[in-house]
Amino acid sequence: MNLGSSVEIITEWDIVAARQLGRNEAKQVGFGTVDQARITTAISELARNIYLYAGKGKIEIERISEAGLVGIKIIASDEGPGIPDLRKVMEDGFTTSGGLGAGMPGVKRLMDEFKVISEVGEGTTIITTKWLH
Amino acid sequence: MNKLMVESINEYMDEIIERWTTRMKEEKGERFFHFMPDHLVDKTSREFAELMTSNIRETSSIDSDKINEFTEKIVRFGWAIKFVNKAIDNFSNVVFELLEEKDVITDENLRRFIVLFSSWINPLRESIIDAYSTEWERTVSLQKIALQELSASLIPVFEKISVMPLVGTIDTERAKLIMENLLEGVVSQRAEVVLLDITGVPVVDTMVAHHIIQAADAVRLVGAKCMLVGIRPEIAQTIVALGINLNEFTTKSTLQRGMQAALGMTNREIVEVNGQ
Repeated sequence: MNLGSSVEIITEWDIVAARQLGRNEAKQVGFGTVDQARITTAISELARNIYLYAGKGKIEIERISEAGLVGIKIIASDEGPGIPDLRKVMEDGFTTSGGLGAGMPGVKRLMDEFKVISEVGEGTTIITTKWLH
Repeated sequence: MNKLMVESINEYMDEIIERWTTRMKEEKGERFFHFMPDHLVDKTSREFAELMTSNIRETSSIDSDKINEFTEKIVRFGWAIKFVNKAIDNFSNVVFELLEEKDVITDENLRRFIVLFSSWINPLRESIIDAYSTEWERTVSLQKIALQELSASLIPVFEKISVMPLVGTIDTERAKLIMENLLEGVVSQRAEVVLLDITGVPVVDTMVAHHIIQAADAVRLVGAKCMLVGIRPEIAQTIVALGINLNEFTTKSTLQRGMQAALGMTNREIVEVNGQ
């Protein structure tokens, strides 16, 4: 089963649209308020990264089910500059934009599964999943 | 030629409107013609037909005032732009068919009528769609202003204590406003403790947290203390998961508790008096 929808991230307000979509999907899958907040915040971080670093990209939200478990999968993809040092990006407090540097490691902690595919000059794709327990 | 067309259209106007309305009612997902009272549908249809035929005469150009007035109305009625476009299409089709039926358009003059039609419909469509999008842009910019007016005012509650309730999504622009209003307010209200209430903020991500931390730092520089209140349980959990350090903050779950703490910080408390 694959039910999906996506939001193009071009302006700052698209971040709001993306997380609104995420919140609705999460609610329909059956996540509680705390997990809804986690998923929405994760989408917010990923979408903001797209807006800040790549300029434009896409957030896709899919409902997934596997081996009796249901969950939600978020795919954030862009064709931006890519991430030169993945290990550094996952360190708490590392930032190139003067922010808190908590976004990427934070998303990893907010979600259950987290995968980054990035190539310098080609773009970045982040796939992250949260299962309903 | 032109005269012939104008005369025929005027002659068959009622029939044109009737056919057009029927056709518009058949459009899928259309609510206007089904739920509006009949007299309003009739009036709007007539206005539309009048607008459509206003520029057929070679002498009369498009009346932009009329178009603006009409589009303002249909935006208010909630006509989608797609629907407006369809309305124009249907209207021109209905007129063409009717004129053909009445033998005004014949095989000989068909070509000339086609040219006449496109020089009639196209500029009209352009101006209607232009007016429509201008109307929407105006609505959006008005809402933006309304949203800005909603943003962040610092309210003096007690002497030395002020509250800033934050409601809604915080973007870069609003964050700037919050910072400005906060600092200006703290100085002008001589506040010693400021309570930032985030009950109404739907998502606290790193960007929002960053702005709040910066605002608190700035408040400290002008000699006041900043307290974060209204942290809902789910927000508290996401803040922890994100690893945001709010250790330097005094935080309270609700504004009420924050207010008690703020009174304590300024050496005051609320005392119940015995009513007689």
